[in-house]
Amino acid sequence: MGQENREPETNLKGTLVSVFVVGLIIIVMWVAVYLLYVAR
Amino acid sequence: MHLHKYEKIWLVFGIASLIVFLSVVGVSAFSQDHTPAGGMETIDPKKVSETAPFDNPGVTQLDDDTYQATIVAMAFGYQAPELKVPVGKEIIFKVTSTDVVHSLTIDNTKVNMMVVPGRITTKSYTFEEPGTYLILCNEYCGTGHHMMYTEIEVYEQ
Amino acid sequence: MIAVQDRKIALWNIGVAYTAFLIGTLCGLLQVFIRNDALQLPAWLDYYQILTAHGVLLALVFTTFFIFGFFITGMSKSLGSFGPKVRLFSWIGFWVTLLGTVMATAMIVAGEASVLYTFYAPLKASGFYYVGLALVIIGTWISSFALVGHYRVWRKNNKGQLSPLFAFMTITTIIMWIIACLGVVATVLFQYIPWAFGWTDTIDVELSRTLFWFFGHPLVYFWLLPAYMAWYVIVPKILGVKVFSDSLARLSFVLFILFSIPVGFHHQLTEPGISNFWKFLQVVLTFMVIVPSLMTAFSMFATFEIAGRKNGGKGLFGWFTKLPWKDIRFTSIFIAMAFFIPGGAGGIINASFQLNEVVHNTLWIVGHFHITVGTPVAMTFMGLTFWLIPYLTGRKFTKSMKVLGLVQIITWSFGMLLMSTAQHLLGLLGAPRRTAYSGYNDHPAALEWFDGILTNHVTMAIGGSILFVSAMILIYIVVMTMFLSPKAVEPKDIVDFPLAESDMSRTPKWLENWWIWIGLALALIVIAYAIPISQMIHHAPPGSEGFKTW
Ligand code: HEM
Ligand SMILES: [Cu+2]
Ligand SMILES: [Cu+2]
Repeated sequence: MGQENREPETNLKGTLVSVFVVGLIIIVMWVAVYLLYVAR
Repeated sequence: MHLHKYEKIWLVFGIASLIVFLSVVGVSAFSQDHTPAGGMETIDPKKVSETAPFDNPGVTQLDDDTYQATIVAMAFGYQAPELKVPVGKEIIFKVTSTDVVHSLTIDNTKVNMMVVPGRITTKSYTFEEPGTYLILCNEYCGTGHHMMYTEIEVYEQ
Repeated sequence: MIAVQDRKIALWNIGVAYTAFLIGTLCGLLQVFIRNDALQLPAWLDYYQILTAHGVLLALVFTTFFIFGFFITGMSKSLGSFGPKVRLFSWIGFWVTLLGTVMATAMIVAGEASVLYTFYAPLKASGFYYVGLALVIIGTWISSFALVGHYRVWRKNNKGQLSPLFAFMTITTIIMWIIACLGVVATVLFQYIPWAFGWTDTIDVELSRTLFWFFGHPLVYFWLLPAYMAWYVIVPKILGVKVFSDSLARLSFVLFILFSIPVGFHHQLTEPGISNFWKFLQVVLTFMVIVPSLMTAFSMFATFEIAGRKNGGKGLFGWFTKLPWKDIRFTSIFIAMAFFIPGGAGGIINASFQLNEVVHNTLWIVGHFHITVGTPVAMTFMGLTFWLIPYLTGRKFTKSMKVLGLVQIITWSFGMLLMSTAQHLLGLLGAPRRTAYSGYNDHPAALEWFDGILTNHVTMAIGGSILFVSAMILIYIVVMTMFLSPKAVEPKDIVDFPLAESDMSRTPKWLENWWIWIGLALALIVIAYAIPISQMIHHAPPGSEGFKTW
């Protein structure tokens, strides 16, 4: 785990934002189908 | 084993979202009866036409607010004379198959039932809008699979 | 460079994989045109026969052979050349799998097995179709045991050491695969074969479905994990960095052994014979198997960010522009990963208990697996092919091949975007999967599936045609790099196996104690399946005779 020793220096801000975008896509798609389910 | 701080944030967020999804479907399923089609009843697939209620398929009224639609699926069609049900009432669909696996799927509704020989599939649904709904089979059952469909008429009372 | 004998085994596996890919994608092309009524088949050919071939050849044959080609190369590379026994059994495994494939395919072509790749009873195919499928599984077991044997020799010679990441992940995948296959082997050996040959009269349909899906879900992880291996151990090397975290990579893999099997009921959510309690329990377990994929998403972005920053990327997203976009070994896999974002999200929806009613057996599902196995997995394999075949044949990957490769992945991405989007939306509108063209008596709901921009079978056909062109470009690249491209003589032309360094100095040893994971996996399987299966058997209805409805 090369990064771990130097963890404070590893700048992963972009990663954090990126995974949250992934999370957002998941939530939006899920909610859309959930609403469709409720409407049927 | 060591996690980067952001990875912890992400995993907590991700797992929390999953728990929310599960709770939403779980509560709606088990406290409001929004469970998918299913049922534990069995039947002899060779004696469907002699076994109640499939000896007399079609729509019957159970009480003021409940109807039962009994339907036999077979390659390649549905045996159920006069599929007409009222809007706004609970319709309990009971379906079985005399041959292979089929489905009974009603377009634009939550009714999407697998029909397995030897088993009776049950699903309760209340139509909100009158109209003629397409019923089709969406489980492959043979060369005529795409010709396996019918309609159900939902009328205003 | 690995031993020439090992290369030969790998190349034969990859050769069979792409032969299946060629025929399978041709079937796909026919399907999209039949579905929109642009093509009528001659009387001797049936839509469902073609669809069976498409499913078997792409989902089972292409994937399996490619995976073993990749595993064999990587195991020889990371643990050293195979011994004579390992080689012998790898060959036997290969030939048995191939024999099974040929048998099953012959039955499909003969019209004796138009039962699709899921072969749900009581549709009754020729017994030789099931024997063929059983041989495919047994063949993979033989190949698997050969690799396990190779791994054990290495462990014996390197006592107390963690194995290289590639080997660890291969063994994880194999363990999961062997446990998963028990379900399908049980149903094929004890239910289908005796019934198809007439030794028993009837079959317990619901039990056969349950045993099939015991296997069917981990099957998709058997496709996905090798792609994840490429993401974890190949991509960092191409980017010039180390594996982001060796221990987390291993942890996510062992979680797949635990949670990918006791979840098959999520394919049976709308059917009778399983109570809501057990369905929901397996839904919860299905959600557990999402966690290692969330971990993987983080590791991937972190790898990109570290690499991009090393190349001088600044700010929040500057690293993104510093990635080697011109390198198709990377770009292909990056796009494959991107497709997996909506693919995975769709999977969460499918597994969400009653939400399954909206999508079950609609075209949504077809869209879903084309953006999971059909692109994230298949396009990762394409990205591997670009260096794997030249590496194995010692040929050059020429400039023109690089250009063609780029065209190939761009067309695949674009075609798939069109086809899968159309399929997802059509599915939400209720269009069924696994159906030839039908107007449904011009019911307005069915007419809707043929007009619209994205919600249209024509859009699906356009996407499918682009995909087919892309597939043919790929076949051209495969043939060139296998047989025709010039040999690489100068060092700069020699194509290497990009295997990233992984720092395992802080990886806990217990991660490689397989008995823990196997034990836990079996315990979870017992919890999830023992009671519902025993109920199914005890309260079984009279069985079903076979039907040949095609
Ligand atoms: C030229 C590229 C391809 C085209 C045009 C294509 C098209 C299609 C279409 C239209 C269907 C649905 C047919 C129906 O449900 O009626 C289908 C099903 C399927 N495809 Fe593809 N596909 C392609 C490539 C792939 C690849 C690369 C894979 C996997 C590696 C794949 C795996 C499958 C599977 C497993 C099915 C389901 C078969 C079944 O329902 O039994 N396809 N494909
Ligand atoms: Cu059907
Ligand atoms: Cu699954």
